[in-house]
Amino acid sequence: MSTRERTWWWVGGFLIVVYALFPIAWIVSLSFKDASDIANQSFLPTSPTVDNYTTILTGSASGLFLPALRNSFGICLIATFISCVLAMFAAYAIARLDFPGKRLILSTALAVAIFPVISIVTPLFNLWRQIGLYDTWPGLIIPYLSLTLPISIWTMSAFFREIPWEMEQAAQVDGATTWQAFRKVIVPLAAPGVFTTAIIAFFIAWNDFAYGISLTSTEASRPVPAALGLFSGASQFEDPTGAIAAAAVLVTIPVVVLVLLFQRRIVAGLTNGAVKG
Amino acid sequence: MASIEMRHIVKQYGDGYPAVNDVSLDIADGEFMILVGPSGCGKSTLLRMIVGLEDITSGDMIIGGKRVNDLAPRDRNLSMVFQNYALYPHMTVYENIAFPLRLAKMPDDEVRRRVTEASDVLELKEHLERKPANLSGGQRQRVAMGRAIVRQAEAFLFDEPLSNLDAKLRGQMRTEISRLQRRLGITTVYVTHDQTEAMTLGDRVCVLRKGKIQQVASPRELYEQPVNLFVAGFIGSPPMNFLPASLEGDRLQTPFGPIVLDERRAAAVRGRDLLLVGIRPEYFEDASLVDDAKRPLGSVFRARVDVTEWLGDSQYAYIPYEAPDAIRTQLRDLSRELDSEELRTQAIVSIDATSRIREGREADFWLDSRKVHVFDPQTGENLTRDAEAGARLTQMATEDRVEQVQEAQTHGSTVGGGASRAGAA
Ligand SMILES: Nc1ncnc2c1ncn2[C@@H]1O[C@H](COP(=O)(O)OP(=O)(O)OP(=O)(O)O)[C@@H](O)[C@H]1O
Ligand SMILES: [Mg+2]
Repeated sequence: MSTRERTWWWVGGFLIVVYALFPIAWIVSLSFKDASDIANQSFLPTSPTVDNYTTILTGSASGLFLPALRNSFGICLIATFISCVLAMFAAYAIARLDFPGKRLILSTALAVAIFPVISIVTPLFNLWRQIGLYDTWPGLIIPYLSLTLPISIWTMSAFFREIPWEMEQAAQVDGATTWQAFRKVIVPLAAPGVFTTAIIAFFIAWNDFAYGISLTSTEASRPVPAALGLFSGASQFEDPTGAIAAAAVLVTIPVVVLVLLFQRRIVAGLTNGAVKG
Repeated sequence: MASIEMRHIVKQYGDGYPAVNDVSLDIADGEFMILVGPSGCGKSTLLRMIVGLEDITSGDMIIGGKRVNDLAPRDRNLSMVFQNYALYPHMTVYENIAFPLRLAKMPDDEVRRRVTEASDVLELKEHLERKPANLSGGQRQRVAMGRAIVRQAEAFLFDEPLSNLDAKLRGQMRTEISRLQRRLGITTVYVTHDQTEAMTLGDRVCVLRKGKIQQVASPRELYEQPVNLFVAGFIGSPPMNFLPASLEGDRLQTPFGPIVLDERRAAAVRGRDLLLVGIRPEYFEDASLVDDAKRPLGSVFRARVDVTEWLGDSQYAYIPYEAPDAIRTQLRDLSRELDSEELRTQAIVSIDATSRIREGREADFWLDSRKVHVFDPQTGENLTRDAEAGARLTQMATEDRVEQVQEAQTHGSTVGGGASRAGAA
């Protein structure tokens, strides 16, 4: 690569990063602005303040925000966990076994994934009210599974397919049962895939708004995105923009931490050295 | 340790293709058996049926006197080195080798002792804490071997373990495997399509073609008394030359002049008109360099040399010849099946390295007619095979093996429990 070419790559990369990060920077900046400062017509706050953060953490909005944060964490983690475990078995079967209906499962999963959420929210709302799942954790976990499972199955089966078949056969010849071979050889090898899938699934659940706003009504189960929509300003003439921005920044942090934490585990190529090459 | 017996084994894959077709083979306890054949002839399939990774469509697989058709791989107690090693990349070399022992719930100090022993033999001691990804090809291969020998398995199964190594390493590992097998005295089945491995490693070699056994014999018998055109063409490098011939009395008329057959062989081929004569390259010689004592045992002919190849210790000359169309297509089919380069109808002749025969000139060649074989061009059958002589060669190989095993086990150091096992057996 010539220096000239390299420069262009840098410039291009920089532009893309700026483009992608600008809205985030804006939100961060907004979260430090005073209510009267919101329309100051400049990017940076005139006098930075942490009022918005105190509002949502200890102030008037904390009653709305803190339970929502707890709900979001609980519901998303449980949904992610269940979806990963189920998807692991499903993906293993899809990648390794030949059974009738394999393609049907994959295409159904895809169909579910692209099915518009908004069109099932209303029926689900009625159903949940009748069977008592409305405004409960399971009442959100179940629809979240429908969002996360298809994508989890697809990503994981792609990962499983990469693992050489012989790896498992070698384990069986070495004296492992099918279950032992799966647990001691396949699962460790699939770990990067499982982490990647878990992160994707967590994001999907974490970012959901439609189910969160429609299937909950109190802080018993209302997740953060829905709670943000219910913030109100200090007076009815004031928009809660600053508080929403602060909350948005706070809920982005776990996601960023999660990615940074598992970044090293996501690196592919763990099967290096398994086979001669 | 155990013998392996196969009775009319058939394997049909889902698409109905018989990858292995009615194979019956007895492998004696402690024997080193080689499976060879061109690509796709069913070697791997057969091996995987022995180890239990592939269902057997019909027939009986008997290991150590017990029918194992319905046993899972883990209940057969065999160890296998895979074509691509299949090491566990997330475990260290130590844990890779220890894996079978861990599964058997062996106590830690026993595991340590055995892994150390195995790694001593394979010279892996300084690599025990490394991951497979950081090892060279030969080291990975040895880890795979270590995982196989660490356990007291009934038999070793190898699927082309050396096929991805470079020539030098391959030679090294070949002798390693041979020494190890002798020392442990464990029944071994070894798949390869490498000539040298087949000839040097095996007590007996089983030649497969399209899922069918062609011949099972010692390397020497395969070389000197092949049962048919396929085996004759497959074993030996450079390959055997096949010349068209017609019978006139006791003489075969060939493009390289008449060949006189002895009484036994003449009787075997009598009554046919078109034949194929098989002559190995080393049965030829530069006529000017042949002893007078030897000269009457063969015939001399004059031919034009197309190309010569001088290799230092040996020299090859290529002599084109004419063949009828029927024979020509037959030979082309054969060479295609043997994965060899498209043979033109030319003979490859081995001559002394000092010979002054030059390209593009005519020269006199001498042909040793004592060892030529005559094949039926239609069926490929070897008409002049001397079954008794062949059996004698294989008998001799068997005796050699017994001797070598005893030698190796008295002199070799104690390895992987091998010596103690041999003592118990
Ligand atoms: N899973 C499978 N399904 C269908 N046919 C198969 C399958 N595996 C192998 N075969 C067929 O069985 C035949 C034998 O295959 P096998 O792998 O035993 O060959 P091989 O002798 O080991 O060849 P190579 O030297 O190339 O490894 C081939 O013709 C192949 O097409
Ligand atoms: Mg093979």
